[in-house]
Amino acid sequence: MEFPNDRIARPWGGRTAYGSGGTWPARVDTHLAEGVTTADVEQWVQSASVLHSNGDAMDIAVRNGRIVGVRGRAADRVNRGRLGPKDLFGWQANHAADRLRAPLVREGGRLVECDWDTAMGRVVHHSRELLSARGPGAIGFYTTGQLFLEEYYTLAVLARAGIGTNHLDGNTRLCTSTAAEALKESFGCDGQPGSYADVDHADALALFGHNMAETQPVLWMRVLDRLEGEDPPRLLCVDPRPTVVARHADVHLAPRLGTNVALLNALLHEIVRTDRIDHDFVESHTVGFEELREQVAECTPAWASKICDVPAAAIGRAAELLGGAERLLSTVLQGVYQSHQATAAAVQVNNLHLVRGMLGRPGCGVLQMNGQPTAQNTRETGANGDLPGFRNWQNDQHVAELARIWNVDPSAIPHYAPPTPAMQIFRYAEQGSVRMLWISGTNPAVSLPELARIRGILGQERLFTVVQDLFLTETAQLADVVLPAATWGEKTGTFTNADRTVHLSEKAVEPPGASRPDLDVFLDYARRMDFRDRDGGPLITWSTPEEAFEAWKRCSAGRPCDYTGLTYERLRGGSGIQWPCNEDAPDGTERLYTEGISWAHPDVCESYGKDLVTGAPVEVVEYRSLNPDGKAVVKAAEYLPPHEDTSEEYPLQLTTGRTLYHFHTRTKTGRVPQLDAAAPEVWAELSPAEAAARDLREGDLARITTPRGSLQARVRITDIRDGLVFVPFHYGYWDTPGGHGPASPSEGRAANETTITDWDPASKQPLFKTAAARVERVARGDGTPAPAPTNTASAPSAPDGVPATAGGPRAHATEERP
Amino acid sequence: MSGVALTLRALHHGERHLEQELVAVADRHRTDHEVHHVATDLARWSDEHADRIADAARAHGLDLKGGTEEEPGEGLLSAVREKTAEPPGHPPEPGLLLLRDLRSLHLAAAENSLYWEMLAQYAQAAKDDRLLALSSACHPRTLRQMRWTNAMIKALSPQILTALRTHGDRGASGRALVD
Repeated sequence: MEFPNDRIARPWGGRTAYGSGGTWPARVDTHLAEGVTTADVEQWVQSASVLHSNGDAMDIAVRNGRIVGVRGRAADRVNRGRLGPKDLFGWQANHAADRLRAPLVREGGRLVECDWDTAMGRVVHHSRELLSARGPGAIGFYTTGQLFLEEYYTLAVLARAGIGTNHLDGNTRLCTSTAAEALKESFGCDGQPGSYADVDHADALALFGHNMAETQPVLWMRVLDRLEGEDPPRLLCVDPRPTVVARHADVHLAPRLGTNVALLNALLHEIVRTDRIDHDFVESHTVGFEELREQVAECTPAWASKICDVPAAAIGRAAELLGGAERLLSTVLQGVYQSHQATAAAVQVNNLHLVRGMLGRPGCGVLQMNGQPTAQNTRETGANGDLPGFRNWQNDQHVAELARIWNVDPSAIPHYAPPTPAMQIFRYAEQGSVRMLWISGTNPAVSLPELARIRGILGQERLFTVVQDLFLTETAQLADVVLPAATWGEKTGTFTNADRTVHLSEKAVEPPGASRPDLDVFLDYARRMDFRDRDGGPLITWSTPEEAFEAWKRCSAGRPCDYTGLTYERLRGGSGIQWPCNEDAPDGTERLYTEGISWAHPDVCESYGKDLVTGAPVEVVEYRSLNPDGKAVVKAAEYLPPHEDTSEEYPLQLTTGRTLYHFHTRTKTGRVPQLDAAAPEVWAELSPAEAAARDLREGDLARITTPRGSLQARVRITDIRDGLVFVPFHYGYWDTPGGHGPASPSEGRAANETTITDWDPASKQPLFKTAAARVERVARGDGTPAPAPTNTASAPSAPDGVPATAGGPRAHATEERP
Repeated sequence: MSGVALTLRALHHGERHLEQELVAVADRHRTDHEVHHVATDLARWSDEHADRIADAARAHGLDLKGGTEEEPGEGLLSAVREKTAEPPGHPPEPGLLLLRDLRSLHLAAAENSLYWEMLAQYAQAAKDDRLLALSSACHPRTLRQMRWTNAMIKALSPQILTALRTHGDRGASGRALVD
């Protein structure tokens, strides 16, 4: 049976309800280009989605050497055939007319086309000059969460052991570094404890700052199907916006920005007060509980209600939901990670599970989520400010082991200080000590905070900037060399989603023009730079994705992210497989910590932890005395007020965020007709009371100003909490007259014109969700509603007169129940 | 003045001094954002410590509230004075200035830590539970202030010092490092 379906209007498709402990039924979603039928498809090529972190498995439809559609993979554990709107339609970006087809170099102030030899020659020339004149600290690499594992690993080897620089990080710093840090703080090591399968078993779900319906729509379909089935789970939502999750929640808490730690401490206070503690678990598997008990002793719901502006009774109800759960699954995302006290708050969610003993069993898990499709791999391979294989830079044995694997001297791998986080790399570039910055697959000129400052840094004459991307992004327009990259569907590699599921994504079509896979670009650079190991052999010995994967397996062996049981062949055909996958667990591992905490021992842990207020790393001696047996660390945190609060001049709190229909800076999704039309232009969300106080109506043009800058956006009036303005961060300038920035200072469009440069001291993740702003009317609208979707968190408070978001015939997809 | 009164007075002075220095450093290094924000947070701890010391000191016949060192904004003023005291045309290299500031914060925190140690030892010998509780509550934060400054120096000095080697020698820069 088929259900034709407008998947822009109904992003989550039809329901396939199932009960507690049941198997999520398969539903195969397919979208093919207009006029193409299944019979026309010549080849289906295996892959998974790269437009979010969920890892939705799909097959790419190919006809006449072109991608003509996608179909979900029913056999896959992650999505059982389902696809979200970005999965269904996003592939069309591959065919955009303005794809880069040749390298560019800056000549007389302008970027001009050239061949690869010319472009790479310049990159190599600058690298060599800087290495000899200034040393490896003058070179920095800023990568992404959207390449493949093989590419990150190659980049990590060439940057850390080839160049020998400590300055390699990913834009994962903006999306997932708090997830990694929170796991390191609690469990000694990165690695997602839970599994998506926990949704099938949980009797309570708690989503902390996680708008799952929009960021991982397919995982939300699984939740919706549970909610409609027998024995549905109770749902807690913590989010200042009226998200679709909030509308389905039994308890919805909408706290003031920057107060997550106060709220979580109050929830923990109630759990302790009502003795919903698994004392055996705490005794056997944790250290530090007494400190937590002391820390939260005074944090009553009444205390938190004043700080968070949430009724104390609602906090009590939320604590009752959490405390009464027998199988609790919690998920955490940007509402925690991009906020004030990010790591401290994310750790308190881990604590909730540790004190309740809700870990390592079906339905009992924590999902510290990721934002990007391959962020997990950036973390594993050491391309994000950690050493490869979750190795500990403070542990000389770990560095020595890595040096053996790479056949280099340990001193060739910088480990005298923590690997430099992205925001600090940009600071070094600002100060002039970093003179070359190689940016791959990311767009800091739109995605970093305080864009006027970032444009200033990237535009410096003394900074040599290399940008590797698919399009002439805002960032690429400021580059000295632009390298055209192949993308998903045009190259082969693996990547790993937020619940450790590894997928293979195979090449389906040829990349356009002279563009090349990122792996080939990095390998070409390594060859030209002639990086050598300690015996004079080539440092990097592989030349294909599969060889790179095999090299990575050797590096991952014996570590938590053990890939040694995986091969390309095993990943073909069936479902993705969860790491660790090795001799002991040949079919992969559904949940970590099923038999106690395994990676927190001082000799094996990835990190000894950090001070959650100052970010100072804990030293090994201290960690050994605190946690000699390698248990989980229950780490308490005190609430600190946010660094930027509201004032008379800036009376509203400002938060930025995402919408279902776009990914990142719209580099791809802005070039997809169905997605672009669903959310074509930036908007700002205000509550009815805040709008009325400023004489603003739906569709009026407003200016949002902070001490950093301003942007203009049409007003959408929603049920968002009072005192808050929300702006989606996706919109930049590539499709405006300004090109790489606002055409004039008053024509700001990017949310990050206004965000503050501040980051969590432990995870170094920038704060995109804690600032203060002023909102004023610029012009009265003509009655046209704001260009915001109506079926998401931006739904209008008064729907009358606002046409419902729909995609029309071109947005139809089929849903089949096999 | 009794030994404990002397210690309390010195520690009160030390915490106020550190608070002001943290505020001054936060102000001076606004563009080193992590230093700016964390120093501001840590100044709050020293402020709270000084208040609690002043409260405890009353029982020992000391009035530590009031007086010039309690004036708000002192740290900011001293920052302005230091800024204007730089010789024109020879600004110290910002990285070196940052390392110098972190070092003096560390030394100020270390001095406070030793006073907290003395106070705790006195409290045990004199069986003064109130002072022992005060020291147990505050001293760990002083140690965290020290670890932070040490960690920042560890993370920043490789880049700042290797970059400087290639900039060549500058008189003002050299002074900033050894001041």
